Amino acid sequence: MKLLRAIALRAGKSVGVILAIVALNFLLIRLAPGDPAAVMAGQAGVADEIFMKQLREQFGLDEPIWQQFIFYVGNVLQGDLGYSYRQGMSVANLIAERLPATLLLTGTAFLFALLAGIVLGSIAAAKAGKMPDLVVSILSLVFYATPLFWIGMMSILLFSVWLGWFPAFGMITVGANLRGWDYVLDVAHHLVLPAFTLGLFYMTVYSRMTRASMLEVRDMDFVRTARAKGLAPSIILRRHMLRNAILPVITLAGIQAGQLVGGAILTETVFSWPGIGRLAFDALVQRDYQVLMGVFLITSIMVVVFNILTDLLYRVVDPRIGAGA
Amino acid sequence: MNQALKQFLCNPKAIIGLTILVLAVLAAIFAPLIAPGDPWKMATRPFLPPMQDMRFAFGTDMMGRDIMTGLIHGARVSILVGLTSTLVALVFGLLFGALAGFYGGWIDDALMRITEFFQTIPTFVFALLLVAILSPSILSIILAIGIVSWPPVARLVRSEFASLRNREFVRAAEVLGQSNWQIIWGQILPNTLSPVIAMASLMVASAILTEAAISFLGLGDPNRMSWGFMIGAARTVLRQAWWMSFFPGMVILLVVLALNLVGDALNDVLNPRLSRKRRQ
Repeated sequence: MKLLRAIALRAGKSVGVILAIVALNFLLIRLAPGDPAAVMAGQAGVADEIFMKQLREQFGLDEPIWQQFIFYVGNVLQGDLGYSYRQGMSVANLIAERLPATLLLTGTAFLFALLAGIVLGSIAAAKAGKMPDLVVSILSLVFYATPLFWIGMMSILLFSVWLGWFPAFGMITVGANLRGWDYVLDVAHHLVLPAFTLGLFYMTVYSRMTRASMLEVRDMDFVRTARAKGLAPSIILRRHMLRNAILPVITLAGIQAGQLVGGAILTETVFSWPGIGRLAFDALVQRDYQVLMGVFLITSIMVVVFNILTDLLYRVVDPRIGAGA
Repeated sequence: MNQALKQFLCNPKAIIGLTILVLAVLAAIFAPLIAPGDPWKMATRPFLPPMQDMRFAFGTDMMGRDIMTGLIHGARVSILVGLTSTLVALVFGLLFGALAGFYGGWIDDALMRITEFFQTIPTFVFALLLVAILSPSILSIILAIGIVSWPPVARLVRSEFASLRNREFVRAAEVLGQSNWQIIWGQILPNTLSPVIAMASLMVASAILTEAAISFLGLGDPNRMSWGFMIGAARTVLRQAWWMSFFPGMVILLVVLALNLVGDALNDVLNPRLSRKRRQ
């Protein structure tokens, strides 16, 4: 029952956030200098009077502002995110076509960052003050300060141009027409560099957090008890310390999911990954605002979903949450 | 304070960080003297690799522009945007945090709802959208980065204010008849500054990264040379000219690393309890 109520509360909040973003999009168009119809048409549509008139009608731009707002919200709720004049396709279709690639990339990067971060952080904490700790600390300090897009470009140079281990761009080998497992392996091969690039920054964040949190748990009574019982250090580390220490890491990871999606724009641009990040980049270049706003809305929804997922994960890792509060 | 300053200056992290920062700031201030000439103008033949002609030690790009000159002039944009956008974020954050923490109740609820909202949305996508719509310029970039980075400040200041709100010195000021404004500005705010200062240094670092990313995507100020723009321009010729993206990236890495080091060192000195707990 409590779980249901928590989920309902969460869902209500999420709906509020998404509605607020729709309102923000609406405001932003009016914030832009010039005629809203021209703004929505983007650079490409300015010359086309018929398209502008169509936009004016579709969004009721000749009506009073509150009616425009209702129009707009109504459209979005029906899944109509506008039309990209440049691409000759509705924004909703454009995004739907690209979404799977982005989900694959961000999901893989997120898992890589979380797992590698927790493992590295635990190693650093277990060997605190010694060589492994120092190495992990320096690595995370450096990668925390490196621009993500630059890591991407340098890894293309190193692993693709010089070593030839991984393909430098795209999601599949063009013209190979692979099927079944060959296709999956091909995509996985293309996925390595982008996911690594996107995940690296977040890995440093999670490894720092894991280390700090492990060190905090280390001196607690239940750990001392476990040690006094004569349990093997590796069991204490995994069962007693890590289980408690990763809770704040998961919370942080949930909060940062949104940043990860933003990083996807940069990663997809560097690797020509055919997802919504690349779509956003092309829209930026062409000032195709309707596509940009659609991407903003969809990425926000992704963040909200990510948050709900980490919330559930939290409940699995720490059963006290469901029972207690 | 004097002792704290001494402690700060003896911290190796602070020494390394400050050295790099001083160099970068000097380069930014004296850019026209160190590297005279327009960073946008052709200096010699295009695609000159580094270390061949020592007048252009870092090489040139596809238009024959000197990379070194670009790096030195680019320092201006990065540092200017980093500092001012952090200032914008601090003003918003301090205002929201102070009001929420001081008044509590429904004001706190409302302000924190807004803060939470801004923390949930994908900040980088939002910043891009803002810059694109306001049309790319140094001002719109500063504004956009400021608007997306204030929530952590607001949360920090709010919690500090909430915990100081009922201390005796605040009560005493109330009894003395000081106005709310005087108490917020003169009594509580000075006591919240040390964690805010340490946070500000990290914020400048992330603002510089964000600015570089925005310029990389081609949304930078079209009239100013910046590191992010240089890397973005090098993207399509990565295979032919590695140096065009390598050097600007290294410079960003060094400056951001320096700011993070200084922020860590400030934390060690200003919030010793917190950082000791973290380090152990």
